Amino acid sequence: MYQYDNYDQTMVEQRVAQYRDQTRRFLAGELTEEQFRPLRLMNGLYIQIHAPMLRIAVPYGLMSSKQVRKIAEVSRKYDRGYVHFTTRTNFQMNWPTLESVPDILAELATVQMHGIQSSGNCIRNTTSDQLAGVSADEIEDPRPWCEIIRQWSTFHPEFAYLPRKFKIAVIGTKEDRAATKLHDIGLHLVKNHEGETGFEVLVGGGLGRTPILGQVIRPFLEKKDLLSYLEAILRVYNRLGRRDNKYKARIKITVREHGLSHIRELVEAEWVHIRKQLVLDDKEIARVKQYFTEPAYEATAANDVSFSQMQTEDAAFARWVKQNVVDHKVAGYKIAYISLKAPLLPPGDVTSEQLDVVADLADEFSMGEIRASHNQNLLLSDVKQGDLYALWLRLQAEGLATANINTMADMICCPGLDFCGLANATSIPLAKEINERFDDLDYLYDLGDIKIKISGCMNGCAHQSVGHIGILGVDKKGEEWYQFTLGGSSEADASLGERLGRAIPKDEVVDTVVTLLEVFKELRYEDELFLATVRRVGIDPFKERVYADN
Amino acid sequence: MQIIKNGVIVEDHWLHLDDEAALVDGKITVSINRWQEQHDTLSKHKDDLGLRLTGSDPLEEIVPDLASFSLIVLIFPAFTDGRCYSFARLLRDRYHYTGEIRAQGDVLQDQLFYMSQSGINSFELANPAQMENALAAFNDFSESYQTTALKPEPLYRRR
Repeated sequence: MYQYDNYDQTMVEQRVAQYRDQTRRFLAGELTEEQFRPLRLMNGLYIQIHAPMLRIAVPYGLMSSKQVRKIAEVSRKYDRGYVHFTTRTNFQMNWPTLESVPDILAELATVQMHGIQSSGNCIRNTTSDQLAGVSADEIEDPRPWCEIIRQWSTFHPEFAYLPRKFKIAVIGTKEDRAATKLHDIGLHLVKNHEGETGFEVLVGGGLGRTPILGQVIRPFLEKKDLLSYLEAILRVYNRLGRRDNKYKARIKITVREHGLSHIRELVEAEWVHIRKQLVLDDKEIARVKQYFTEPAYEATAANDVSFSQMQTEDAAFARWVKQNVVDHKVAGYKIAYISLKAPLLPPGDVTSEQLDVVADLADEFSMGEIRASHNQNLLLSDVKQGDLYALWLRLQAEGLATANINTMADMICCPGLDFCGLANATSIPLAKEINERFDDLDYLYDLGDIKIKISGCMNGCAHQSVGHIGILGVDKKGEEWYQFTLGGSSEADASLGERLGRAIPKDEVVDTVVTLLEVFKELRYEDELFLATVRRVGIDPFKERVYADN
Repeated sequence: MQIIKNGVIVEDHWLHLDDEAALVDGKITVSINRWQEQHDTLSKHKDDLGLRLTGSDPLEEIVPDLASFSLIVLIFPAFTDGRCYSFARLLRDRYHYTGEIRAQGDVLQDQLFYMSQSGINSFELANPAQMENALAAFNDFSESYQTTALKPEPLYRRR
């Protein structure tokens, strides 16, 4: 993974010093709350209902074991011994004090971590595919490009006060595990007719109150032109994006109001001017790529027979393998998901003790690296198949071997009314109730891949509009009600869910999920997946049954 | 009044003329509207002339006139309104404007670094009492990854 040189390290340390002084001036009354707000946000600090919340960036989801141990340490020292991983592969601490944040950031800076780009109306932390570099169908590893974008976008002086936040995601496969169509800019590494690799560029995707899928603004961009094209889009957006209404300030609205073809004309006209100035030379591309070369995989790893043997001997292990382990591009290696969706615990939460164990396991079994996924799980990306049983036993001992990846229990859920100042309704307790009702794993396996996403307000942090089943909390005269959508997807076949009907009171939400699944099981054709069934039959059969009684 | 210019505190004698105010001798700035409406009269102004722009003004329209101005004032109605950062970049990079570019309005210490990197070289602080302390902000960072008005080569070509 990328290692800071003196330039990178100095910038992060100077950032800590800058923020320490800003915090001091705020506490001394020299900065107003309004003046301090964007400054703290651009270091990841939110002020929530109970306490501040600190979001730390994990660039494209990649962490070293050393970083994970440091995360565990700061969460013990400054918080309550657990952290929460987000859908943009960052992590959050829920209980730090405002005064301690400069110290937390100083400690994280010693392991090349920070809260930069994790909030505020700037270019946010760039995200990617959690299987980058290890999946067989990849055109090219997106991570060096993510790092190049990270450096270009970090403290970009022109784009620190954009109309609204700006998110970029990069993938190198046809499959989309990073929800790129729901980003302000989505970048797909593709090959053109001449066989050259470049980027397909999408613009104007986003969730929140007005979910919109990104559209292709340029079908093929040469790799050396990446930064100039991004800068052109950002400059057009910075000048044109609406600043009168924060709900209409994202680039998705700019594109909708002006039309894609007009935006494309403006971007291309801007690009002509800056293309030469920002061309990426081969030296820089090679410099960054050297940090993402393949590790020394052992050819003998594929000779192992214990992996298949242990699956026949231990049904629980076999279940975990089937659900949580996926193929690696190198024979003899596997990718193991560590589910952060243990039933009855808030989705995405992990304790400091668990983090220490994960760091040890990464050192022992997976080249010392840990990844975070868009679905709020962790993974070890380079495990020899012969080591999987030993790994599984250790994970099991820590409550980290829940075999539920991609099942209905692998829910995405925002912090909701329990933590968040914006929320209208709770979400974590609902996830818990759903898990309590569906505690039979075999039933979940039989249902197949179902993505439930629960957001506590229309800002949609859990991406409910692209959930196979989306659940959105709304406030009705002080009571919590929930709006269901069906048939959304954030993947390559991305679509926005369709509204099932009027909102449902809180105490009927779990029953509604039960009803939806009953209808699915009746209409399902053999092993058809939930999303496929909804797309085939439409939402009417579901709607009729859910609203039949009233 | 005092302003920060090229990193030091200096006395400033520019007069920012309202659209309704009568023309006077001396160094004056006018809005883009007044410039466009009274172009001929203002072109004959004996002393230095400056132009005031907000983020919603049509920057490109005044590019042919840039040689007439020894000062461009960029107005920040709120420090969170970042449009004029792009104006500053364009004025320096694309239109090769070498005169003074000044930030006016909600101009605070914590934005000075980005403003200076974008090409702004003088600052009327919203709170002049903080001017002395604000000078430190120009040294918040010793390097930038990007192509900036102060460093035309991005860091990756200098590493």
